[in-house]
Amino acid sequence: MVAHLPVLTIMIPLFAGLFMPLLGRLNRAIVWPLAVGALGFATFGSIHMLVDVATTGEAIHYSFGGWALPTGIGYRVDLLNGMVLAMIAGAGLLTSIWMLRPAQKEIPDEGRTSYYAVFLLCCAGFLGITITADIFNLYVFLEIASITSYVLIAMGGRRQALYAGYSYLIVGSIGATFILLGIGHLYMRTGSLGMADILSQFQADTSLYTLSDVRTAFAFFTVGLAIKMALFPLHGWQPSAYTYAPSPSSLFIASTSTKVSAYAFYRICFGVFGLAFLTDGLPEIRQIVLVMSSAAIVLGPLIAIRQGDLKRLLAYSSVGQIGYIMLGVVLLNVDGLTGGIIHFWNHAAAKGSLFCVAGALVFRTGSSRVSDLAGMGRRAPWTSAVLTVAGCSMVGVPMTAGFLSKWYLAAGALEADYVFVVPVLIASSVFTAIYVWRVLQLVWFAPKDVEPAVTSEVPWSMRIPALALGAACLVFGLTPWSVDLARSAAVALGVGS
Amino acid sequence: MRTEKSPVIRYVALRAVPFIQLYALYVLGHGEDGPGGGFQGGVIFASSFVLMALVYGYGTGRKGAPEKITDILAPAGCVLYAGIGLICLLMGGAFLEYGRLAGEGASEAAKHSAHHFGLIGIEAGVMITVTASMITLFFEMARDAHVDHGQDDDDGEDDDA
Repeated sequence: MVAHLPVLTIMIPLFAGLFMPLLGRLNRAIVWPLAVGALGFATFGSIHMLVDVATTGEAIHYSFGGWALPTGIGYRVDLLNGMVLAMIAGAGLLTSIWMLRPAQKEIPDEGRTSYYAVFLLCCAGFLGITITADIFNLYVFLEIASITSYVLIAMGGRRQALYAGYSYLIVGSIGATFILLGIGHLYMRTGSLGMADILSQFQADTSLYTLSDVRTAFAFFTVGLAIKMALFPLHGWQPSAYTYAPSPSSLFIASTSTKVSAYAFYRICFGVFGLAFLTDGLPEIRQIVLVMSSAAIVLGPLIAIRQGDLKRLLAYSSVGQIGYIMLGVVLLNVDGLTGGIIHFWNHAAAKGSLFCVAGALVFRTGSSRVSDLAGMGRRAPWTSAVLTVAGCSMVGVPMTAGFLSKWYLAAGALEADYVFVVPVLIASSVFTAIYVWRVLQLVWFAPKDVEPAVTSEVPWSMRIPALALGAACLVFGLTPWSVDLARSAAVALGVGS
Repeated sequence: MRTEKSPVIRYVALRAVPFIQLYALYVLGHGEDGPGGGFQGGVIFASSFVLMALVYGYGTGRKGAPEKITDILAPAGCVLYAGIGLICLLMGGAFLEYGRLAGEGASEAAKHSAHHFGLIGIEAGVMITVTASMITLFFEMARDAHVDHGQDDDDGEDDDA
């Protein structure tokens, strides 16, 4: 059965999500274990595949119905998307465990079965975007993931959530349209939808890069995916969506959604257009992405400083963090790409833990005001510890995961002669330190006479996933294997050191 | 607005329904080697219920496809689809490799017919899901209009909103 893991990893959450309304009708109690089980299997499957790829050094291919690519539809797992798959499935599993109690509180009774079903479909959509070897399938899964995200955001029953979900729907659909137009242009020129097939056509004839429809296709992909990943200045939909969504939705969407689009951009660059397109075909695109991501890296944390709502603060910090991942594509050397790729995991761990804390705050106080954190350290030490570790990782304190991302990005920037990226990274760390310190000061050093709004620790079902994510921030920071994986993935993309 | 549809429309619509449904099944069966398939068949099948609702009213249309049944059928179609995919997988093939349904060491002809049955099977799954979803979509949207006008049209009044 190991040979079938690529398909099972996607299909089990997908079909579990589709069957859930049927099973939930028979017995409502089965819904949560089914979600945890399906995502547990997906986590097992994706980690198994990642280990497999890392030990053999060869990508896993899977063809549907025995039809070989590019005629048929196929999946492909290499180191880069193996890491992203493990990130999505792991975040999905921890979110599904975490959401047991908050979902009871925040999602209306009659909608809860559907909420779990939509959540599983959303996970399957993200996993599908990551694993597919076919650009049209990428679009189909992108639609599955987007439409379910709109629902996950709007489902909280708050009026602002409906508005946030609706504006994301409009903006997200525009983004998806751009991506579809890009696929159409590529198909018109190459007559193929298989990623590897298109890549080999480009490699065989690099004069294709000068054609205006190929360049237009790339521009469409860049704009569409930049909207989806909330890359500055196309991030307008994101803060409200994260702020007003129910806590489980913000936890899952914040830790995976934008990064999956960033991965799709990596895949489009390296797996469809090829490295030569970025170096020779249209080098200007690197400058454009460099400006956008540098602006995101500085301005995201800067805007976050003055937010009074914890979830909105974290949303703006995500705007900055996605810039780090995109910087990897700009730098195009092994160190820079290592920094970008490792940041998929590091940011998922840190942002996941922080949204667990924000969810705990909502669970205890009913709102996510930063001021309500005052004195939380006295009453909820575990949650506060997670907040501290993840906050340090966001700043990039040595021995936490965030430090490694910034270190490799800075090293890559110096190698690529983009010296000004280093002060950008430092400025971002300083701004991040300011808002993290503002939060930590409230949590640990509130005056004694302040009565904490968070009166007690959250239940274990919420504490364990938060602790696991917080521990991941430390593990990725202290042990070298995650960096080694990212480095091999970067080398496999074929960039020169 | 309460208006009774003319007897001609009521007569024709009622007798058109079986033909629409038969045609839907034809489109389903045809999908393998021509334009058509589960999605199109499902939409056509669902349109017969929409026609009933338009001519005989919301209540009569919904009676033919109660919410309970459509809610069960929508996931059931997916069960059929996934089930066939998984059986192919358990028989040693790839996901959706229908030829394997004929079993180990089957003749080419047997594999060929197994392929047909597998394909028709998953298309039927798609059709069931699409039919149920289309009916649900239509009646969910029509319900608001129906409730707004406070109509009680079980005896065949029309819902002109």
